[in-house]
Amino acid sequence: MNEVPQMDQSNFSLGAAASAVPLAPGQAVANKLIAQKVSVFYGEKQALIDVSIDIRDKAVTSFIGPSGCGKSTFLRCLNRMNDFIDNARVTGSVEMDGVNIYDPSLDPVQLRARVGMVFQKPNPFPKSIFDNVAYGPRIHGLASAKSDLEEIVVTSLEKAGLYKEVKDRIHEAGTGLSGGQQQRLCIARAIAVSPEVILMDEPCSALDPIATAKIEELIDELRENFCIVIVTHSMQQAARVSQRTAFFHLGILVEEGETSQIFTNPREPRTQDYITGRFG
Amino acid sequence: MTDAALEADAGFNRQQDWASEANARRLKKRYAANRRLQIYGLTAIALAIGLLGTLISSLVIEGYKAFYQSKATLEIRLDPALIDPSNLADANYRRIFNTAIEQYFPEVTSPTEKRQLSDIFSNESRYALRDYVVANPGQIGQTVKLKVSLSDPFDQLEKGVIPRYVEALTDAEKARFEFLANRGLIEGRGADAALKVNLFIDPQKVNAADIPSGQFRDIIGDGLRSIVRNSDFVERSFDIIRGDATEVLKAHLIANPGSIGQIIENFKLPLSQHYGTLASGQTPMVFNGRFASEKQFEWLDRLKSQNMVSYPFASELFVNATSRFPELAGLAGAIAGSFYALMVCFLISFPLGIAAAVYLEEFAPKNRWTDLIEVNINNLAAVPSVVFGLLGLAVFLNTFGLPRSVPLVGGMVLALITLPTIIITTRAALKAVPPSIREAALGVGASKHQVVMHHVLPLAMPGIMTGVIIGLAHALGETAPLLLIGMNAFIPSIENIGLLEPATALPTQIYAWADSPERGFVARTSAAILVLLGFLVVMNGIAIFLRQRFERKW
Amino acid sequence: MLVYVLAAILSLTLASYFIGSRRSLQTVAGQASQLHSRPGYYGVFVAAWVGIPALLLVLIWLMFQGAVIDTLLLVSLPAEKTANLSEAQIDLIISEIKQVSRGNVFGQPDQAVLDAAQRYKSWQGIASWSMLAVALALCIFGLVITRSRIAPQFRARQGVEAVLNAFMIACSVIAVLTTVGIIVSLLVEALRFFSMVSPLEFFFGLRWEPQIALRADQSLGDGAFGAIPVFLGTLEIALFAMLVAIPIGLFTAIYLTEYAHPKFRAVVKPIIEILAGIPTVVYGFFAILVVAPAFRNFMANIGVDAAPNSAFVAGAVMGIMIIPFISSLSDDAITAVPRSLRDGSYALGATQAETITSVLLPAALPGIMGGILLAVSRAIGETMIVVMAAGIIATLTINPFEPVTTVTVQIVTLLIGDTEFDSPKTLAAFALGLVLFFATLILNVIALRIVQKYRERYD
Repeated sequence: MNEVPQMDQSNFSLGAAASAVPLAPGQAVANKLIAQKVSVFYGEKQALIDVSIDIRDKAVTSFIGPSGCGKSTFLRCLNRMNDFIDNARVTGSVEMDGVNIYDPSLDPVQLRARVGMVFQKPNPFPKSIFDNVAYGPRIHGLASAKSDLEEIVVTSLEKAGLYKEVKDRIHEAGTGLSGGQQQRLCIARAIAVSPEVILMDEPCSALDPIATAKIEELIDELRENFCIVIVTHSMQQAARVSQRTAFFHLGILVEEGETSQIFTNPREPRTQDYITGRFG
Repeated sequence: MTDAALEADAGFNRQQDWASEANARRLKKRYAANRRLQIYGLTAIALAIGLLGTLISSLVIEGYKAFYQSKATLEIRLDPALIDPSNLADANYRRIFNTAIEQYFPEVTSPTEKRQLSDIFSNESRYALRDYVVANPGQIGQTVKLKVSLSDPFDQLEKGVIPRYVEALTDAEKARFEFLANRGLIEGRGADAALKVNLFIDPQKVNAADIPSGQFRDIIGDGLRSIVRNSDFVERSFDIIRGDATEVLKAHLIANPGSIGQIIENFKLPLSQHYGTLASGQTPMVFNGRFASEKQFEWLDRLKSQNMVSYPFASELFVNATSRFPELAGLAGAIAGSFYALMVCFLISFPLGIAAAVYLEEFAPKNRWTDLIEVNINNLAAVPSVVFGLLGLAVFLNTFGLPRSVPLVGGMVLALITLPTIIITTRAALKAVPPSIREAALGVGASKHQVVMHHVLPLAMPGIMTGVIIGLAHALGETAPLLLIGMNAFIPSIENIGLLEPATALPTQIYAWADSPERGFVARTSAAILVLLGFLVVMNGIAIFLRQRFERKW
Repeated sequence: MLVYVLAAILSLTLASYFIGSRRSLQTVAGQASQLHSRPGYYGVFVAAWVGIPALLLVLIWLMFQGAVIDTLLLVSLPAEKTANLSEAQIDLIISEIKQVSRGNVFGQPDQAVLDAAQRYKSWQGIASWSMLAVALALCIFGLVITRSRIAPQFRARQGVEAVLNAFMIACSVIAVLTTVGIIVSLLVEALRFFSMVSPLEFFFGLRWEPQIALRADQSLGDGAFGAIPVFLGTLEIALFAMLVAIPIGLFTAIYLTEYAHPKFRAVVKPIIEILAGIPTVVYGFFAILVVAPAFRNFMANIGVDAAPNSAFVAGAVMGIMIIPFISSLSDDAITAVPRSLRDGSYALGATQAETITSVLLPAALPGIMGGILLAVSRAIGETMIVVMAAGIIATLTINPFEPVTTVTVQIVTLLIGDTEFDSPKTLAAFALGLVLFFATLILNVIALRIVQKYRERYD
């Protein structure tokens, strides 16, 4: 669907980590996002140092690392949410389908429609379930008729595995749902704009294990249609849901690769220390 | 994946073409809406600040004029014959003063003119003279120089509030002239300007044998009527032509008796002075006679040409009590009244407010009663102040029989108004003291009272004082409750000031002055407001200083 | 006299502090460590029991002295002098007697009054001296009793703290007493009013002409106490105030919370708050000095004749005063919306305006509504602006260019100057005050509840 023309080129542009990724024969690799030398400064403080990474389409990439390592900061670079922090400054480039999202000509509002985001704490708007999901399509004018809008809302809720649970109270307040349902509502809200990438910032950290399992299942299903990046503090979760994993430490991308490789055979001693629980 | 979701998949992955024309248009519109909201916000802020600026600047523009006073320096001979040294206060100072001014204007002799002359000077001049003599009895028999205020109309004229000249003609008069000019009936400029009229010299109105006794005014009237058939217009048009126009016509007829019975075309009737000026394209102006006569202007000009008029700082504004005469009215009484009322307010609300707040915050058990007190205090803070005035009137004055108009009662009412605010801010300040301090003090064996007295209260004091000062600043501006208990008394002296003496306060004085018709009180009121705002700025400044100087981050 | 009494009590109090602390040391032969409390506490304990009862006594004495003497005076007057007189006339005689006793004699008072003045003077003297005597006796009594209780094991600190507690509780109760005082005094006077004018007429009548009813030759039956025009005027002016304040205040809050640079906000917010700190009498003067003439000129230019004290001008100027109320309460409400909702909206690609109008404002609505209700309560209770800039005559109109009057204006105009507590004109002010008090109370209670609920929701 979204072919990346300069695929080879981008592969070369990767650091050592990417070249070590073994490609299964016959598997087409498409890189959705390519970050090069991304640094983030909060005032004088540098929170992220020269991060370069390729993120594949139709796959789940997880960012792991101890708290304060810069993984969330980097995630927020991918849809320019850092724009809202007053003293934050981003250098380097992030290309999506070959276009630098930090290019002045690129519109951040439109970018965020293409790169959706799900947050740590479920944050449904104080509106009805329907209006929550319909919010994005409405502002972006994705539905011309009312029936279109209804269709989008229903499909999104179905996609998020929530429709069956809420179909009778779709016009009731979204804030009245349980925590896990709220988070799935937020996912439905994000996919209603049919984004290309979905960023998830520790989406299960506020949820109980059962709700977490449901979300993880959902992430696995969504992978078929979206490029998904998930920040998690749970290594088990990263191992369960993601195909690729990146380990951040002290603002540096330490290592990135196939999830199985990172967890079984990390190249960097720091990664080894972290996943075996010596720090973090 | 569920079946339903799979089925929906086909329709779901419709991608938006973000680069499309329609989308670009839509985006533009969305950004325009964003900009619009931003502009509304900025406009609202500009409006709010602009209104504040208008408020302050209009007060300054009006008020600064009350900070200086037009005064004349006169040489006054303290005639020993008129002053009894044993009774200095009772001499005929009016006469001494009038003699002094009349020496500058020897030509003024008639009683009317003499009165007009003394009207230029403030009514207070003779009291100023008396005070001077009482203070310097040694000067009797000498000639002394004394600065006396000009009376309000002349002070206002000097300050340019009242214009010296006004337009001589009304709009209707000018319109009438325009009407004639537009028909080409006006010719010439200034003194040569004339109104051209066709005059039929009716033999029945002018007898050729006796031309001087002709009815020339009627003839001119007929001529004017031929322009507009409106007797009112005709009558008023006589103002346009000079009074001696009939004489001009008479002279013409005497010179040309043959015109009798004929029509004289375009006879030129000379215009009166103001219309002549108008014909020259200028606006005719006259002395503003509403407040003063032309003579008085001349006299004032003479004083000014002799450098006798000066414009010093108006200390009256701060030294005097109020007065019916704006040039004498001052704020001393009102400031004293406000001071006493605020003192009472402070002495009551400060200890009571702190005690109540400490009890509620530190000691009170959590039960229905303390809940009730709390809800009660919160609501009391929002009760309109005029209701507190009603309370003061009904309870303090009517039930307890306390005297009206006195600062004691004013202060008590203000204390009730500020009490809730002080309790609320004091509780906030107490809350800000971290529990660790309390625990530390309790840990070394202090009783709960000692903890509060020795540790919590001193630490919270800056916050409490900030709240108290802001509360007092609020009380200083309160007007309505003071009006209800009569603290708007007219007290033109500052001799009797006390807690139990009738008094006025700054805001009520402002209200009283704002209600006074004399022109000078506009500036006086504005100045009084500036003084009031000055006090408020100082008080809030102290509060801000306290907050910043002693604010602790725990 | 009062000053001497107070000075005597204070010096006795001070002395008893030293007596108390000395005495405590004597009981343990100077060994302070043997005392239960530190010596100072014994001193304060004694001083408190010496000073406070005496001060309270003086206060109560002063409250009732006047009324008691007046009653005595009235009884002592010859019966024919007070027969068939109204309350007001009796008040007049009493005040004449008082004037005479102070030496302010106007005209030729009759002998009864002169005698009464004599009596008044002597009674006042007796009252003052007996107050001094009783107060001092109470002081001494307190001193003797408490001093005798001083012993090493006596818990002076607890005693002092109990006194302190009692004082603090009394102070807290004053707040309640104020409310009770307001309600009782308004109710009592309003009930007296309703005994003269039917409540039906007051609440539903369409004519409000209290000044006319004051005239002696006018019977009260004519009844000009229909308050509907007054209520309507109040609401109209409050409405205009809101029309000015809500848009300006709300847009200001929106800009300051969502768009403004922090430095801009830090400068502008306090400037706008100044508007709330300016005394209302200043706004009143501003209205008559600047706004009313400007508005009149403007309206004249477009061919509309506006009254100099039109309802719109009074309301608009009041609106200026209320701007900071709306803006800071809305500011609080918008800021209280959790960051996560903002992020959620932005992450969906919403612009700032879309986020504000469809997420933040709906979420902050309860808080904003609470603020608006508080502002409305403020507007209908505001007095000086309308006293100076609105009308006095109650006209039943909703024309913004005509003058209307308000509840507060009527209260002030009815009570300014001399007041007699038995004329319906005066009492009408209390009836209006009662309505005003309950109207603002209800608004405040609702508003505070909404704001509190809202805060809890996002805490």
